[in-house]
Amino acid sequence: MALVLTEEQTMLRDSARGLIGDKAPIAHLRKLRDERDATGFSRELWKSFTEMGFAGLLVPEEFGGSGLGCVEAGVVMEEIGRNLTPSPFLSTAVLAASALARGGSDAQKKAYLPKIADGSLIAALAVDEGAKHRPTKIALQATRAGNGFKLKGAKALVVDGHVADLLIVAARSAGNPGDVDGLTLFLVDPKAKGVSIERTVMVDAHNAARISLDNVEVDTDHVLGEVDRGGALLEGVLNVGRAAVAAEMLGVADEAFGRTVAYLKERKQFGKLIGEFQALQHRAAHLYTEIEIVRAAVLKALQAIDTDPENAGFAVSVAKAKAGTVATLAVQEGVQMHGGMGMTDQFDVGLFMKRARVLQELFGDANYHAEALAAWKKY
Amino acid sequence: MPDAQNLDQFRRDTRAWLEANCPAEMRTPMQGDEDNFWGGRNAKFASDAQKVWFERMRDKGWTVPDWPTQYGGGGLDPAQAKVLREEMAAIGARSPLSSFGIWMLGPALLKYGNEQQKAEHLPKIARGEIRWCQGYSEPNAGSDLASLQTRAVPDGDDFIINGSKIWTSYANYADWIFCLVRTDASAKKHDGISFILFDMASPGVTTKPILLISGKSPFCETFFDNVRVPQSHVVGTVNRGWDVAKYLLQHERAMISGMGGRDGGRPLGQVAADSLGTDDQGRLDDPMLRGQIAAFDVDEAALACAAERAVDLAKAGQLHPAFSSAMKYYGTELNKRRHEILMSAGGIDALEWESERSHDGARARAWLRTKANSIEGGTSEVMLGIVAKRILDLPGA
Ligand SMILES: Cc1cc2nc3c(=O)[nH]c(=O)nc-3n(C[C@H](O)[C@H](O)[C@H](O)COP(=O)(O)OP(=O)(O)OC[C@H]3O[C@@H](n4cnc5c(N)ncnc54)[C@H](O)[C@@H]3O)c2cc1C
Repeated sequence: MALVLTEEQTMLRDSARGLIGDKAPIAHLRKLRDERDATGFSRELWKSFTEMGFAGLLVPEEFGGSGLGCVEAGVVMEEIGRNLTPSPFLSTAVLAASALARGGSDAQKKAYLPKIADGSLIAALAVDEGAKHRPTKIALQATRAGNGFKLKGAKALVVDGHVADLLIVAARSAGNPGDVDGLTLFLVDPKAKGVSIERTVMVDAHNAARISLDNVEVDTDHVLGEVDRGGALLEGVLNVGRAAVAAEMLGVADEAFGRTVAYLKERKQFGKLIGEFQALQHRAAHLYTEIEIVRAAVLKALQAIDTDPENAGFAVSVAKAKAGTVATLAVQEGVQMHGGMGMTDQFDVGLFMKRARVLQELFGDANYHAEALAAWKKY
Repeated sequence: MPDAQNLDQFRRDTRAWLEANCPAEMRTPMQGDEDNFWGGRNAKFASDAQKVWFERMRDKGWTVPDWPTQYGGGGLDPAQAKVLREEMAAIGARSPLSSFGIWMLGPALLKYGNEQQKAEHLPKIARGEIRWCQGYSEPNAGSDLASLQTRAVPDGDDFIINGSKIWTSYANYADWIFCLVRTDASAKKHDGISFILFDMASPGVTTKPILLISGKSPFCETFFDNVRVPQSHVVGTVNRGWDVAKYLLQHERAMISGMGGRDGGRPLGQVAADSLGTDDQGRLDDPMLRGQIAAFDVDEAALACAAERAVDLAKAGQLHPAFSSAMKYYGTELNKRRHEILMSAGGIDALEWESERSHDGARARAWLRTKANSIEGGTSEVMLGIVAKRILDLPGA
């Protein structure tokens, strides 16, 4: 498969760019932030996303979606990254849709996928517990009880957790934290007894929640996939999420960079455009090169998930690690080259810096994925 | 889709052919420059396997798989050429022929040469019969290449060439040179340059090797003293040689950017584990170095994606002509980092300079040689300048 977007994918990008740029530019995020909006995203915007078919991108056609692939999801994520748009696209259209499509029973698919596609259901994936992303260390306990399980424990950084109609919770049903095996995924109703949800207001003004489960009862038909063997399903879904987040970071990096280059061409000091200074030119050129390399690595990862999901982990780790490092560099250089203006809230470049920091942590930072690569290569 | 099917069939055939025809010895990493086969009038093979491998590939046109068959190429389309590269990489097959003719001159001749020049030179390049060298740099024209002073003055149907070049790689082994000369001294500096080809055996051409810090001297100073060259040997238009020169540089840069990958080197993690050992969990027994290698592996794998994408973009007509500068910059800086890590992993053992055990200091010499990667073919600073001005459109100083 060629590492360039097809004509259809380019059209999708253009329509995403049009819609998001139009209805949800950065001012949209600012408004939600400044009004301390309780939902943290616009239902109206989500309706437009749904009408464009974005919500059901990864939902198979038989369940009302368009059955497209990760490359298409990545294309939309990149535009979201460019505009720092808050929306349930990642939590619901990417993570929940692929979890259900990959691991769901027929009944589960029928119950949830059409609602994801028509925009009426928002879902959130609850994985991490500690300060860093370590899926094997999941400790949230699932103990067998009656005709099902009782869940006890807590989750952090659950994207869209506070607005979700459905939680997908990764729990330990066997073994000990640190074991690769022994995980099970559960579909949990956020209104169930024992669930408490606290919205965490984060540095980037996007949506996330801390969730704690106090002996929450779930019955067996709410198990997603197989009991004790959820690790592989989870890893597969996480890989989709990682590649998607990498695509968002690409958007963040590329947009922050584009704005920086534009600034170099307009700001004057010492009687010159600052873009004439070679010290800045070289840093800009370096950044350009890094971003183009990320673009290729992200596309490679998205394609790998679509064509060879079993072996996509390597490409995904490369993309997430590289995108994390480069997005970090792009936003830091962005602030620096904007000088004092870069430090003001009024200028957007700082918002990119905040978002990049969050995306870097989400589903494994650059170190996590470099480590994964080392393990993969056995050294 | 019939196309995909054909490509699958091509892949199967190629795999089978390589399996049957690539000698086992030619599937091991090269140890040093001696393992390259450079062709030319005085070509010598390092082994029978090298000879067999070269001849079989040559006969299929696969020294230059994507050149037209009429010029000795394999006539493969870009997708097939990619398959061949992938299948060769899969078995670790060495390149059968190393050649500035293939990497640099060939593409320039295909674009700018006239029919006679193509028919004359391309098949000889493809068959490894003529070894070429590059006469670009001069003592006072390095990064500022267009300030070159070597003069070519018309005399009847010929030019008389006087001047000198420096850093001419392998000039002392080369049969022919592609050379930049000044044909109009009064024009603006880019407008008076011509791109010309001539035989290194012509009267008046002499070379003098330059010893490098790696202890090797594949580089020369090259002197031209009233060298007579037919005017018909100019490629493209007289005084418009800068266009040809730049086009050739794009190919040179793309070639140099991929050089780290082409040595078929073993994965860094394995090399380091062999020399430093592993802990009880199988992890390299030097956590900081392990982290450096992992970070390197991320960058290298990502760069490989970008190189692959560049080929696909070119095919789709979407590649920026200056993109090779970005890749050259990144690839060479990365290759230097790779060799720093190799030295670090080798520790004291990697410091040996003269011994059989160390293949005559192969690792240390290779490390030193890589320092030129970010100088030859245009320095990293110059590459960044090109990206800044031509791609990012930043104001020129
Ligand atoms: C191993 C090796 C093989 C080579 N092979 C060949 C060959 O086969 N044929 C051939 O013709 N040439 C060859 N070269 C020459 C090579 O192309 C030149 O060395 C190169 O272009 C740099 O020129 P220079 O050495 O004169 O350095 P200089 O141009 O003197 O540069 C010195 C330093 O100044 C910096 N600098 C210069 N200009 C600028 C600028 N505008 N902005 C910022 N920094 C700048 C450079 O980046 C460098 O760091 C080879 C060189 C080497 C080392």
